[in-house]
Amino acid sequence: MQWESVIGLELHVQLATRSKIFSGAANRFGARANTQACAVDLGLPGVLPVANEEVIRMAVKFGLAVDANIAKRSVFARKNYFYPDLPKGYQISQYELPIVSAGRIQIRDNGTVREIGITRAHLEEDAGKSVHEGFPGFTGIDLNRAGAPLIEIVSEPELRSAGEAVAYMKKIHSLVRYLEISDGNMQEGSFRCDANVSVRPEGETRLGTRAEIKNINSFRFVEQAINYEISRQIEHIEAGNEVVQETRLFDPDKNETRSMRTKEEANDYRYFPDPDLPPVVIDEDYIETVREQLPELPEQKRRRFMEAYGLSEYDSGYLVASKDTADYFEAAVTVAPGQAKPVANWIMGELGAALNRDNLGISAGKVSADMLAGLLMRIADGTISNNIAKQVFEAMWQGAGSADDIIEKQGLKQVTDTGEIGRLVDEAIAENSAQVQQYRDSPPEKRAKLIGYFVGQVMKKSRGKANPKQVNELLTERLT
Amino acid sequence: MHEYTLMELSRLLREREVSSVELVNAFLHRAEQFNDGLNCFISLFPEHALERARAADGLIAAGEAGPLTGLPVAHKDIFCTAGFKTSCASKMLDNFIAPYNATATERIDAAGSVMIGKTNMDEFAMGSSSETSFYGPVRNPWDTDRVPGGSSGGSACAVSARLVPAATATDTGGSIRQPAALCGVTGLKPTYGRVSRYGMIAYASSLDQGGPITQTAQDAAMLLSAMSGYDRRDATSADVKVDNYLDALNKEIKGLKIGLPREYFSAELERPITDALDGALKLFEQAGASIVDIELPHTELSIPVYYVIASAECSSNLSRYDGVRFGHRCTDPGDIMDLFCRSRSEGFGNEVKRRIMTGTYVLSAGYYDAYYLKAQRLRRLLRDEFRAALEQVDVIVTPTTPTAAFPLGSRLDDPVAMYLSDIYTVSVNLAGLPAISIPAGFSHGLPVGMQIIGNYFREAALLNVAHQYQQMTDWHKRMPGGRQ
Repeated sequence: MQWESVIGLELHVQLATRSKIFSGAANRFGARANTQACAVDLGLPGVLPVANEEVIRMAVKFGLAVDANIAKRSVFARKNYFYPDLPKGYQISQYELPIVSAGRIQIRDNGTVREIGITRAHLEEDAGKSVHEGFPGFTGIDLNRAGAPLIEIVSEPELRSAGEAVAYMKKIHSLVRYLEISDGNMQEGSFRCDANVSVRPEGETRLGTRAEIKNINSFRFVEQAINYEISRQIEHIEAGNEVVQETRLFDPDKNETRSMRTKEEANDYRYFPDPDLPPVVIDEDYIETVREQLPELPEQKRRRFMEAYGLSEYDSGYLVASKDTADYFEAAVTVAPGQAKPVANWIMGELGAALNRDNLGISAGKVSADMLAGLLMRIADGTISNNIAKQVFEAMWQGAGSADDIIEKQGLKQVTDTGEIGRLVDEAIAENSAQVQQYRDSPPEKRAKLIGYFVGQVMKKSRGKANPKQVNELLTERLT
Repeated sequence: MHEYTLMELSRLLREREVSSVELVNAFLHRAEQFNDGLNCFISLFPEHALERARAADGLIAAGEAGPLTGLPVAHKDIFCTAGFKTSCASKMLDNFIAPYNATATERIDAAGSVMIGKTNMDEFAMGSSSETSFYGPVRNPWDTDRVPGGSSGGSACAVSARLVPAATATDTGGSIRQPAALCGVTGLKPTYGRVSRYGMIAYASSLDQGGPITQTAQDAAMLLSAMSGYDRRDATSADVKVDNYLDALNKEIKGLKIGLPREYFSAELERPITDALDGALKLFEQAGASIVDIELPHTELSIPVYYVIASAECSSNLSRYDGVRFGHRCTDPGDIMDLFCRSRSEGFGNEVKRRIMTGTYVLSAGYYDAYYLKAQRLRRLLRDEFRAALEQVDVIVTPTTPTAAFPLGSRLDDPVAMYLSDIYTVSVNLAGLPAISIPAGFSHGLPVGMQIIGNYFREAALLNVAHQYQQMTDWHKRMPGGRQ
């Protein structure tokens, strides 16, 4: 039987505000345990939450960027359950009336473009962390993260493969970075994914029973977890069993998902509107003000790159996928006008390889946009060849200074003096009489191929610095 | 000294007839003397109070006194006071010292008052008799075998017995007005949002409201002026201008329209209370007010609606008492579930548990619509009825309670009978309106209260009506004899 997989993602994105969603404590990662939790975050008696306006603005920004409906009135609700790192015994979230609903986003996977629906995006507070290392026989509680603002983005179950799920996730990741509402840092837990996965026979319209895989924190793990889960469910059904609705955990070490709790064991969260927080009321003016402040979004940027710089769809798609890459590209082109295509090629080629090799982000790379532009200008004006440029780039990466400094210090400037090149050409002809004879005996159509040998000899003598075009011209002239 | 009102004491202080130290010493002395019998204080702070009193005397001498400078007050033990235990009368918080102040009491302190102690109450403000306290029941100073009402029974008792001239209190379903009535003192529940709830330990967040318990409406105006106002730390506090409540007190009530809801005068109402209300209405008419019959037909639903909503909110509000970060923790927990379960079952008393269980039930999947949602709809209906009535009249007058103070222990095993003590007060909380209870007579030697309900944020008008009544009567001047 042919199976179709049905996937919906819930992305938990930490918003990059200065303070927490309902308190004035700092919203920062990495501080000493429990130093960034105030009385409100600790859930002490009598203290009250007050909504951070910046969080509302960020949610509206997101909603506008995915063409969603922005609720004029949304309501914070309490999700009640006991957990040691949940200070109040409830999480403040949004339930029946989320701030963002009915949005959509385009994804590209294997060359096909699809539109994926976004059911809703709601605001909520994060919980603290239970720490098990270093407390034998005990559990430590760190409440620094308690009250950190999250937006939970829920997709429609419209993704059909692990590849699409990852493409969707990357698209949202890129978008929240563009909007500057999240740093998207997955190691620090700023961007986490729950995946709902089910399978059904191809052609079936009803949904199969789903499993929810919790808290997956990398693109690769999402792909692995979903693929594992799809196979597991298909094997399970084909063996004559039924899939049970449950929550599962992905174990990256074993590359498998494991049952965490079944539907029967699930909490009854007893949601109800939080009486401490009035409904969030937003008017049209506010929405328009936020809309005016929206930055250029990836799709718009892609179209502009194609039109303004004459780049291909592939190149511009690559460049805009990350805002940092797009910014780097534009910064380089500003310094080296007219060099858009070489800049794009170098970003995708040498620079990309170097960043990958050293596992760095583009903004942390050792060759800045200015430096790369400086290098490409020297290719453009004929000072160095493309091959020498790679050598210069490597030197820049090692910290040897700007392209001009390196060219100057290492004497890499291309030789264009006809007398000097002529001398090297004559040397090469004199030292290779057998090849010269072969050349002269050959019909003209074969000579073009044989000349390459002499070019190589001359370039070697010049240590790569001779202008290849001039070398070619002189050789053709003098070999005849 | 103790027989004076807050206003009179304020004058005596300013005229240097008495010092704050003398005043504070006098009240501390009475509190220490009578607390054994009445159990209205959970804590007394003689050293802190005298230190504050000395500072107050300095300010008075320098001519820098604020409106409450040097005046002794007590705070209900539900308001967090930085550096002093705040127990909410629960074993759960017997060891809890907040690192912050409640806004309401902080504002009173900032106006110069001297906190001498914190008053006893029903555990987590859940009760109508002040018998559910971990620290034992509070007694009614008019008859110590009877309850003072609740949950602010400690504050009402302390003011009634003149152990302190004024106290703060909170009211979720009648917890200021009902004990004020049963102890023969004045108690004001302001409009929801008038007084900040920050630092006031939550029972039912959409109903809780802090307010004063005093001897007179005038004293209530003094305290309310200091307590009220917008607080950015409480998103439900109202950004509405605070009137000068004292200045509003001397308006004639000629032409005032007083609404009388017939639904409130049922057969269960004690005869002497009906008589007291009749007497009061006659006085109002003599002063030029007119009495208008009004209808509040769904009043009888207010008790079930209240217990669904208040229990739902409290079941969630009290989840934070889990033994993890503060408060009572059981010894040697086996695992986290054991820690949660035993800490909570040991830390909470029976009435609190009853309401947590009720609230958990009404919010559960499958019951939410039938209970919680329906209660919310009825709450809007009750509010709309009040709104319609208050378009016809200026204030509404009702009895505060159906009976005078009942014997200790008589309703502890009958929660429904206990809940009915609040029949005339809970709908006011559901509507979010302001209301005051003032002494209006006696029933077999026990005080009887009259409730006056006003429109949203019209505390000034409400206090004026109460003050005018107190100019014509002396019920509020009667003091319990008995042991004193």
